Amino acid sequence: MHSTDWLQFALFLGLLTLITKPLGLYLMQVLDANGRTWLDPILKPFEKLTYKLLGVDPQREQGWKPYTFAMLAFSLVGVVFTYTILRLQDVLPWNPQGLPALSHHLAFNTAVSFTTNTNWQSYGGESTLSYFSQMVGLTFHNFVSAATGIAIAAALVRGIARSSVKTLGNFWVDLTRTTYYLLLPLCAVFAIFLVSQGVIQNFDAYTKAATLEGTEQVIAQGPMASQVAIKMLGTNGGGFANANAAHPFENPTPLSNFIQMLSIFAIGSGLTYYLGRMVKNQAHGWAVWAAMMMLFVGGVLVCAHFEAAGNPTHQQLGIAAADGNMEGKEVRFGIFNSSLFATITTAASCGAVNSMHDSFTAIGGLVPLFMIELGEVVIGGVGAGLYGMLVFVILAVFIAGLMVGRTPEYLGKKIQAKEVKLAMLTLLVLTASILGFTAWASVSDWGLAGLNNSGPHGFSEMLYAYSSATGNNGSAFAGLTANTPMYNTTLAFAMLIGRFLMIVPIMALAGSLAGKQASPPSAGTFPVNGATFTFLLIGTVLLIGALNFLPALALGPIVEHFLTGQG
Amino acid sequence: MKALFSELRPAIVGTLVLAGVTCGAYPLLVTGIAQTAFKNQAAGSLITDKDGKVIGSGLLGQNFAADHYFHPRPSAAGAGYDAASSSGSNLGPTSQKLNDAINERIAAYRTKNGLAADATVPADAVTASGSGLDPHISVKNAELQTARVAKARSLSVEEVTELIASNTTKPDLGILGETGVNVLKLNLALDALK
Repeated sequence: MHSTDWLQFALFLGLLTLITKPLGLYLMQVLDANGRTWLDPILKPFEKLTYKLLGVDPQREQGWKPYTFAMLAFSLVGVVFTYTILRLQDVLPWNPQGLPALSHHLAFNTAVSFTTNTNWQSYGGESTLSYFSQMVGLTFHNFVSAATGIAIAAALVRGIARSSVKTLGNFWVDLTRTTYYLLLPLCAVFAIFLVSQGVIQNFDAYTKAATLEGTEQVIAQGPMASQVAIKMLGTNGGGFANANAAHPFENPTPLSNFIQMLSIFAIGSGLTYYLGRMVKNQAHGWAVWAAMMMLFVGGVLVCAHFEAAGNPTHQQLGIAAADGNMEGKEVRFGIFNSSLFATITTAASCGAVNSMHDSFTAIGGLVPLFMIELGEVVIGGVGAGLYGMLVFVILAVFIAGLMVGRTPEYLGKKIQAKEVKLAMLTLLVLTASILGFTAWASVSDWGLAGLNNSGPHGFSEMLYAYSSATGNNGSAFAGLTANTPMYNTTLAFAMLIGRFLMIVPIMALAGSLAGKQASPPSAGTFPVNGATFTFLLIGTVLLIGALNFLPALALGPIVEHFLTGQG
Repeated sequence: MKALFSELRPAIVGTLVLAGVTCGAYPLLVTGIAQTAFKNQAAGSLITDKDGKVIGSGLLGQNFAADHYFHPRPSAAGAGYDAASSSGSNLGPTSQKLNDAINERIAAYRTKNGLAADATVPADAVTASGSGLDPHISVKNAELQTARVAKARSLSVEEVTELIASNTTKPDLGILGETGVNVLKLNLALDALK
């Protein structure tokens, strides 16, 4: 890494640290039904009107089951909503290119993909979707799937913070307040900033340009900035264009790139502060944050190192070794900002890409893949990262309890068989989905037919696809041709499993914790702040991730690394 | 199941209300402000000739093959710089196809620019970008093409080098991102010389 790379990295980490507390404090207000924000004078009437239309009493809290049912019902309606729009694309408005309706399997895959905050894309945006489909069918989910994730995280945190109660908050209130007070205002400002950098925002038909050498270049247009803002801030990641944030219209300048990277982590980082505040142990919030950051910094350094070192095979052909691996990368971002973005987007469950992960070096590409497989708990998706990490916190506390021979406690609450079973269930479901589907695809004709690369890299394409879908990430080793009935359907189920079979046990966990009585800490209580806890947490995440996925990774990127080395 | 159905009304109404706000009010507000404050950027930073005809976008690369123009990076977007079909090659590090393509491009680059048969070439000159629309090439890549372009245009190397400098994008705020030469703008500047 060059000195400017270190400087940019330091700037990124510094700014992220600075915004964590203010965002956390703002979240305290947003996620409180009676919280106050400076936007109240403008937005309060709309908030009240919304509850009226929904027929919801904002002061009535829900137990874990009604809360979960509300979330499930809302997600189900959302899938149907977007599926219908995509199937009717040809007759709906704002379709200047006259693009046809989507096939049933692509529409199903896409509707599930955006509902689950995955934004896996089996299609190329500019060649498949009308402005209406993008703006209504997809942007809707970019907002509400992000708000849903934050709502679930808030419910779990309330479950931890409260004692001897049955209720966890009201889903409709959390959904509405997060959308209105957090996401919309931030996105409006962010989108305008993006336009100032060159991101397009219009409803024009595609422009026909006559190039200097006398050929025609058709330039795709559309309402892009408004969608890009929420795709980043809500860790959705679905590109307006096929090339996502590598496209100069989606991410025109290094400055737009920097702010986009920061926005992916912003809310997730603020939520760790929210956790500390809510459980009245700010050091715990920072300890969780520190564990995330250490895993993150490690990932960035490994990825950037291998991308900068480049591909020995290509260097033997005559590529300047000092330039690193530029296949699939943009000149304005270069090696470091591409590696940094790749690690951020997979550490969080964003999935936007500013370079093509498929063309990374073997180990450079292993980093984003492994970040997803760790469960996207390194900051993670908005909300999803925090509730995923809290599962690991419970396991870490449990392991510590076993080591000292005491009943494990988390913030004064006994962690018993039920909680550990629920925590393990979420992890096992994810692993089974990733490895199971990958195994199925790699021994099936339909699986192998989609590959763009052969050998271990082909296996990596499949492993990455099901990791990304199950982890609700959405990035890809994009050479894989996934727009086939079998891929679209299996990936859609992987996304559903990764979202809802994770959330339901977590809500049960939240309900169970809320009902427990908190006892004051004693001399034998394992503290959940400080360096010991942070390292125990990192160890737990790495141990479980490595045990689950090392064999599969050995068949893909690790074999490939040695193949590349031999030239 | 009954509990699920009782939430259906807020779910359906909520979908419609939130869709109205996030997919109606929000993008229209952004479009309104964007079209007023940043009209050019919102429309795609288009570049027009003196007759008002669009010749490209300052943010997007386009194909150049003639000797008197600087050449952009190889592109995997459609048939090359197809701005309605952005894409990288997505070929992996052990791909034979990628290996062969790079090998061919290196040979062509050396021949075209009069380099020695064992000269190393800049990575960006022989690899496809992520979008297939990368507007930039590295400064080194531009320098290696300078002699060829100068000769084809009967210009001095200094004149061309000067134009490269004035069409080079420096890192934002002095440290963010990398230096790159905007190929379309550079070629436009060359054409404007005559």
